[in-house]
Amino acid sequence: MIITKTKEGNSLTVALEGRMDANSAPQLDEALKEEMDGITKLTIDLKNLAYTSSAGLRVLLLAQKTMNKKGGMVIRNVSEDIMEIFDMVGFTDLLNIEE
Amino acid sequence: MAELRLEEARMDRLDDVLSFVDGMLETLDCPMKTQMHLDIAVEELYVNIVRYAYAPGTGPAVLRMEPEAGGVAITFIDRGAPYDPLKKPDPDITLSTEKRQIGGLGIYMVKQSMDGMTYRREGDSNVLTICKRF
Repeated sequence: MIITKTKEGNSLTVALEGRMDANSAPQLDEALKEEMDGITKLTIDLKNLAYTSSAGLRVLLLAQKTMNKKGGMVIRNVSEDIMEIFDMVGFTDLLNIEE
Repeated sequence: MAELRLEEARMDRLDDVLSFVDGMLETLDCPMKTQMHLDIAVEELYVNIVRYAYAPGTGPAVLRMEPEAGGVAITFIDRGAPYDPLKKPDPDITLSTEKRQIGGLGIYMVKQSMDGMTYRREGDSNVLTICKRF
């Protein structure tokens, strides 16, 4: 998985590309922890994410929980296939997904 | 039938496990979305073996893929501690973000996305089979 981070003031955008599995999901967790200081708006762009297992869902939920206390988090460009996975586990109600 | 035998079920073999599964699914003309759901199920079940079957050590695992009429059956065999994932209670997916547990979704995803899942203990082995039609 390729993680691209763009920081602008208090906003951080993280774009994910490829597959988020049990081996690569911890990289996202690390990347977020490194950059979270002072961030009040987190955007996660899933445009080029082809796959996520529960390991990835876990990191997204953790980020949403953290950002709910610090400001806000938005997930954008969710593909139909990934949305179906979110739906399967009830994440469409938990995550702030931009239509 | 195709079989992948691992002497040691470790996280660094996850890519090999998924390549084995994807290779077979391609020969069966499995639709892409179904392949993604099967990959997710295989990952969840394999990672469970890696993390829990022989904890804190490691041990062997076998993956067996059998084409069936209109689909595929995938069987996981390990010789670890008895573990029936079907007995695990489903997470409450209606709870709010704050109350939702981090984790515990893997087996639930397998149950939701597969057409069948059976577990049996055979001698000293856990034998878990998932089926998916496509």
